[in-house]
Parts: sequence; C-alpha cells; structure tokens
Amino acid sequence: MNRSQASAGLKQEIGTLTQAMDRIAPERTVVFMEVCGTHTMSFRRNGLQELVPERVQLISGPGCPVCVTPVEYVDHAIALAQQHDVILATFGDLVRVPGSYTSLEQSRADGARVEVVYSPLDALNLARKHPDRQVVFLAVGFETTAPVVASSVIQAEREHLENYSALSAHKVIPPAMLALAQADDLALDGFMCPGHVSVVIGMNAYAPIAQAANLPCVVTGFEPTDMLQGLLMLVSQARQETAKVENQYLSVVRPEGNPRARAAMDQVFEVCDSRWRGLGNMPLSGLTFRKEYARFDAARRFSVNLPDPVEPPGCQCGAVLRGVTQPEDCPLFGNRCTPRSPVGACMVSSEGTCAAHFRYRSVNQAT
Amino acid sequence: MCLAVPMQIRDLEMPLATVEVAGVSRQVNVELVDQPKIGDYVVVHAGYAIEKLTEEEALETLDLLRQVAELGDDEPPPTPGIQSGDMS
Repeated sequence: MNRSQASAGLKQEIGTLTQAMDRIAPERTVVFMEVCGTHTMSFRRNGLQELVPERVQLISGPGCPVCVTPVEYVDHAIALAQQHDVILATFGDLVRVPGSYTSLEQSRADGARVEVVYSPLDALNLARKHPDRQVVFLAVGFETTAPVVASSVIQAEREHLENYSALSAHKVIPPAMLALAQADDLALDGFMCPGHVSVVIGMNAYAPIAQAANLPCVVTGFEPTDMLQGLLMLVSQARQETAKVENQYLSVVRPEGNPRARAAMDQVFEVCDSRWRGLGNMPLSGLTFRKEYARFDAARRFSVNLPDPVEPPGCQCGAVLRGVTQPEDCPLFGNRCTPRSPVGACMVSSEGTCAAHFRYRSVNQAT
Repeated sequence: MCLAVPMQIRDLEMPLATVEVAGVSRQVNVELVDQPKIGDYVVVHAGYAIEKLTEEEALETLDLLRQVAELGDDEPPPTPGIQSGDMS
C-alpha cells in the first residue's frame, strides 16, 4: 500500500466511525469527559469536535497536570529557586505558570538557576555533575509520572546522591473523576480514561467509579481514530445504558496495570489529601513521600517563607478544569489571556484546555 | 504530553537502554518494565519505558502514525526526545 492509499484508508475509517456514532447515539445530547491533556490536544488539533455529531460532546476535565497544580505549589517552587545553592529542574510547561507574585521564568531572568528537563533522569545527571549544589526536581504529574520520579529517587538512594530531592505535587486521577461524577453542577454520561495513566494503574482502578457513579469508562489512546473509537464505545454504552470499564487502547493496559511501576510508586510515595486548582482539597488524591524517603522531600529539606496564595483576578481556570465552564465563556479568553501572554495555567500549558481551544480555534476539518 | 510512539530496544545495559524509532535514538531507563530484552518494543514516558508492546501492536501503531502524518496534519508525528515536558 502506498502512502496516499494509506491516508485514503484512514480518512475512510474516520468517516465510518463518525457515521456509526451518528447512527447509534441517543437522541438527547450526551456529554463525556476526558481527563488527559494529550486527549485535549489531540481532539482539538485534529478538529474532531467538527466531525462528531453535535449531540455527542467531549469536554475536558482536570487532565493537565500543570493546570491542576495549585498556585501555592508554584510559589513554593519559586521560593526554592531563589535559594542560592539550588538548581531547580522542571518540565518546561511549569516555567511560565504565574505564581502569586512572579513566575519561575521571571525568577530565572532575575538570576535563579532553573533548568528545563525532559526526564527526572536529566535532573539526576545535574545532581551528579554539581555535587556542590542542591538539585530539586519539580515532581508534577499523575500516575504515569509518579513511578518515574519514584525510580529516580530510588536511584539517588542507591548512589548516595544526597544533593537530589523532589517537591511532590503528584496527583492520582480516580478521586477527581469520582468527585466530578458526583458533582451537582455537571451531568456526565461517561469518562474517556487516559491511556498512559491506565498503563500504570490498570483497568481495575476505574471499576469503583463505573460502579459508584454508574458511568461507563473507556480507556482510550491518543490518535484521532483511537479517540473516535473510544468515543464510539462510550456512545454505545450510553445507548445501552451500561456502565462498564472498557479498553480501546493497546492491549498493554492490563487489569492490574504495571505492577513494577506501581511498586516503585508505592515504595517512595503514599497517598495524602491534596489541593487541586479548581477542585479544592480532595481526600487521598495526592502523593507525598513516605517517611523512609522523607530525606528526598524538598518540602522538608528546605525551609522557606511562602506568601499567602493569590489567584489571578478574573481567571476562570478552576471552573474550566471542572468542565463547568468552557474556555470561550471566560471573559479573559483570547483577549487578556493568550498563550503569548497567559493569565491562567490552562492557557500556559501546552496541554491546557484554554491553550488547546485557542490554538486550534480555526481548525474546521481534520480531513 | 503522552508520547504514544513505540520505540525498539537496540542496546541494553540495565537499568538503561538505547531505544530507537525512525532513525532517532535516545537513552531511557527500563527498570519499570518486566524483563526487557533487545528487540522489545516499549512505550516511553519522561525518559522511562513504562510498558512493553508486542511487535505486531508496535508495527500497527507506527503504521497508523505514518498515515496520520500523511493526512496533512500540520505537525509531524512526535519525535522522541524533543518534548520539554511529559507529565501525565
């Protein structure tokens, strides 16, 4: 098969999926939520909202890790960056997120050492290279990233790298999904579950949500046809009024997840109550260091003074993250708040709902 | 961003492996997957292999990615190693 035949085949498959959706979708509007920044971007980038029937809606929830990280964490990171012996290592998206009074980007311009890294492995390398400095990794992310950070901490322990630590803002996604499923101001018909988080936590993790909230959950991949198939499976369950956990994504998503990754995560971290931007404090929705690894906890290693947290005035990120407000309904969207000059975290992060809506607002058709 | 591109293990020295896709190679940690071997396909997240794929599944995914690129997407399929953040 040559390349143009291949793409013709893909176009045909997309057409088949959207037509099937139109044929089987209930007559009422059905609303599904995805909780994965990569889903947010893929759906908008490929213009899929234009291809699916209008009565089938996929809204974005709290799936962007940087976006759900509360402003006080950003303030904490900034305070650490301002310690004279600290090298702060972070994923790129966090650098421009506004804290209460400044950002890591501004702190870096003012002389703080803030390094953008691709992996905590790069942060470990920084610690090896600079034994006279303290390297702090900003551990932001869900269950896909937490095992990776845990593994870096275990490696630091093996190597006696005493100048490595992490500031955990790790979150676990099922408690947030359950809270939104039971929220009075949202009426969801199901969840599109994140592919890679599910590789780690497994299909079984969604069973309590499907059961307690009586909502279908479909683990879904990231390509356009993956997302349309996942949506079709959700639509089909909505029509049949079932609430099963299904898997559209790779067969590597096992019922129990990845036991090795979970073991690493459980060795270093334990669940704790955690504050999410927009969702507030939720019981057992975050990860903190176990006492055996407390010496790698940057929150304990360094004593810093933090300001009272201040959210940007007028910013609707909290409501956007709960799915109750769409970006276009925020008065700041597209005028005072743009990717070039963002007011809220959802416009800063490349995975943010506002950034996705802004960036791909002119995409009409993917085909 | 979650990177769904399967990469193949070319060289292995636990806990690190050199993985490759479409001529791009990088070093990743493989201690979170079961018994990694040279030739295995893995899903990579933030510098770590997080799961193995069967060869059939990996080739199918790579073929799909090529088709998506061909559809006139404004962005090429993600190239491992250039993302600045990888946080889910």
